[in-house]
Amino acid sequence: MRSKPVSDAHARYLKSIRRDARHVRLSQIGILLFVLLLWEIGADLRWFDPFILSSPSRVIATIARLYADGSLWLHIGTTLSETVLGFLLGTALGALIAVLLWWLPKLNRILDPYLVVLNALPKIALGPVLIVWIGAGMASIVVMGVLVSLVVTTVTVLNGFLAATDEKQLLMRTLGATKLQIFTKVVLPAGVPDLISALKISVGMSWVGVIVGEYLVSKAGLGYLIVYGGQVFKLDLVMASVAILCVLAALMYYAVAFLEKKVRT
Amino acid sequence: MQSELLTLTGVSLAYQTVAGETVAIRDLNLKIKEGEFLAIVGPSGCGKTSVLSLIMGLLPQSAGTIRCEKPDLRMGYMLQRDHLLDHRTVEKNVLLGLEVQHRLTEQSRANAMHLLDTYGLGDFKSYKPQQLSGGMRQKVALIRTLALEPDLLLLDEPFSALDYQTRLNLSDEVYRIIRREHKSAILVTHDISEAVSMADRVAVFSARPAALKAEIPIGFPASMPPLERRRQATFHDYFDRIWEELQP
Repeated sequence: MRSKPVSDAHARYLKSIRRDARHVRLSQIGILLFVLLLWEIGADLRWFDPFILSSPSRVIATIARLYADGSLWLHIGTTLSETVLGFLLGTALGALIAVLLWWLPKLNRILDPYLVVLNALPKIALGPVLIVWIGAGMASIVVMGVLVSLVVTTVTVLNGFLAATDEKQLLMRTLGATKLQIFTKVVLPAGVPDLISALKISVGMSWVGVIVGEYLVSKAGLGYLIVYGGQVFKLDLVMASVAILCVLAALMYYAVAFLEKKVRT
Repeated sequence: MQSELLTLTGVSLAYQTVAGETVAIRDLNLKIKEGEFLAIVGPSGCGKTSVLSLIMGLLPQSAGTIRCEKPDLRMGYMLQRDHLLDHRTVEKNVLLGLEVQHRLTEQSRANAMHLLDTYGLGDFKSYKPQQLSGGMRQKVALIRTLALEPDLLLLDEPFSALDYQTRLNLSDEVYRIIRREHKSAILVTHDISEAVSMADRVAVFSARPAALKAEIPIGFPASMPPLERRRQATFHDYFDRIWEELQP
C-alpha cells in the first residue's frame, strides 16, 4: 500500500485511500466497543436481566474462573483438536475423491446423483447414526466434522478441475500430453485456487460438525459447555463459550486466508 | 518446389452424434510440399479446422489415407486462442511442449530461449501471461510451438482473436519467422486477405461437407512479406478470384 507519490494529485489520492482504510477499521472497532458497552451498561442498569443475557464482565469472569480451575485449556483443546482433525481429514479425503472422479469420468457420471443428494443432505442428521455405529466418544465427533466438510470439498474441487480441463485439454493434446501430464501440469495447478476456496468453506463447516457432534455426545469441549450451560441455566457459561468460539473460528479462518495469500503470490 | 511432405488421399470425416451423423469432410485430396505455405479458406463451420485435427492425428478419419512422405515428420499445432497457462511464466509456457514430450535438454532449452530473444520477448521471460498484450501472448504461443522444432506448422486461425492492427503486424512477423526458420505451414483462415498475403497456394473449400473446390497458386515470391503483398496491384485480383470461388 505504501507506494511513493509521483505528483501532488497522486499524493492526495494516496492520502485519501489511507484515510478511507482508517475509517473502515475505526468503524469496525467502534461497532464492537459500542455493542459491548451497551451490553454491559444495560446489564448494570437492569434494562434486562443479566441472568438471562449475561454481560461482558460476567463473560470475562467466567473465562477467568475456567482458567483458574484449569478446565479452560481442556475444553478449548478438545474442541480445537477435533475441529482441526475433522477439517484436515475432510479436505484431504474430499480432494482425493475429487482427483479420483476427475480421473474416471464414467465413475463421476455414475456417482453424480449420490453426490448431489449427499451435498444437499444436512449431514448433522446422521449424528445419532454415527453414535450408534462408532460409539459415544471423540471419534464420532471427528467423523461428523469430516462428513460435513468432505462433500463440499469434493464438489468444489472437482468443479475446479473440470473447468480447467475444458479450457486446456485441446492444447495439451496438440502437444501430445498423457492424462497424467494433463493432470500434473494443468489441472492441479489451475485447481489450487479452488482447493483454497474449498478450504475456506470447509473450515467453517468443520466447526459446525464438531459443535453439533459435541451437543450430541461429549464430556468436554466448547459445545459441551454450551449445552451444559443451557441445561443448568448458566447463561454466562454459554456466552463465554460462544465468545471463545468466535475468536477460535476467526483465527482459523484467517490462518487459511493467510495460506491463500502465500499460495497466490 | 521441393519434395512432397504430406499427402491426403480421399479423406472423409463424419462426426457421430445422438441426433445423427454429420459429414464434415468428403473425399478430400490435398498435398503439401516441403517449405510450402498453404492456406485453406472456406465458409465458417465448413470443416477447415477438422482437416488440421486429422493431420495432427487428434481425430481418426472415417475414410481415406493421410501419408507423411517424410519419416518422423514433426508437426506443431497453433490454436486460435493462445491457451497460455496462467500459473507459469512466459519461459515455462514456452518449454511446456518440450517438457510434455520429454525433450527438454540444455540444447532445446537454449534454442527456445534464443527464439524468445530473437523475436523480441527476451525481456519478458519471467513475466506471467496476464501481464502481456494479446499480440505478445499469441507470439509466445507460436514460440511454444516452434520450440518443438516442427517441420510442419498447423495454424488454426491464429490471428482471429486479435484486433485488426495487431493482426496485420503479427501476421507479418509470424510470416517472417516461419520463412526464416524454413518451416512448412498450413494456415486455416476465413480471411481471404490473410490467406493471399501469406500463402504460396490457397485451397478453397466448399461449404459442409468440405471438399476442395479450387486451388489457386499465389504468384508472389516467398521473400515478399504480407504487408508488402497487400500493396501489390495483383493482390486484389487474387482476392477477387477466391471470393468468386467461395460464392455458393
